[in-house]
Amino acid sequence: MKLLYFAWVRERTGIHEEDYDLPDGVATVADLVEHLRGRGDGFARAFADTGQIRAAVNQETAGPGDAVAQGDEVAFFPPMTGGRA
Amino acid sequence: MSVSVQRGDFDPGRELESLLEGRRDIGGVVSFVGLVRDFSEGSGVGALTLEHYPGMTEKALEKIEREAHDRFDIDATRIVHRHGRMEPGERIVLVIAASSHRGEAFRACEFLIDWLKTKAPFWKSEETPEGARWVEARGSDENATRRWDDEG
Repeated sequence: MKLLYFAWVRERTGIHEEDYDLPDGVATVADLVEHLRGRGDGFARAFADTGQIRAAVNQETAGPGDAVAQGDEVAFFPPMTGGRA
Repeated sequence: MSVSVQRGDFDPGRELESLLEGRRDIGGVVSFVGLVRDFSEGSGVGALTLEHYPGMTEKALEKIEREAHDRFDIDATRIVHRHGRMEPGERIVLVIAASSHRGEAFRACEFLIDWLKTKAPFWKSEETPEGARWVEARGSDENATRRWDDEG
């Protein structure tokens, strides 16, 4: 699968984009967050406050319970703040 | 209906003309232009950088545009959104809604910009004297979006 990180999630993980094998036992966005959190300090900090994390699966906004599968493009980012004026 | 996400500036007058070219059925056009301000939350802002999600951004804007056409009696719309680094006074975003009647054009334009703020994948980083900071989502923007859900 392809994982993408944006804004401060990208800064904390230190990664913008990576190819990643779907880990065993990961079926949902929430499972994936839980898994990524265990990948080291940067990931732990990026995903510390799940209330501030939003996700998209295949470029559609997704919630914690939505399914993820091998081959999906999954993105993690903060709440959107564009166009503010 | 058309959407552009681009690094460079745009010309609102030219965008308006091109949207209306050859049309005889439009009675009113409402446009909104968002600009970079030199202040935010009590700090001076030297510049801002808009990060976005290429691919998803275009899809999200097209979806917002379709939603506006479903909700309002409008005949033409245009969204142009910039990304990258911009300085105060620069244009960030343009939204145009055209209709045979002005009321629908006003409402659709406001709907488009309200929804765009919370449903399009853009993130804003501001350069302030204290350093760069990510702008946090604001309750007032989400409230402005929710207002449309209530009316939905």
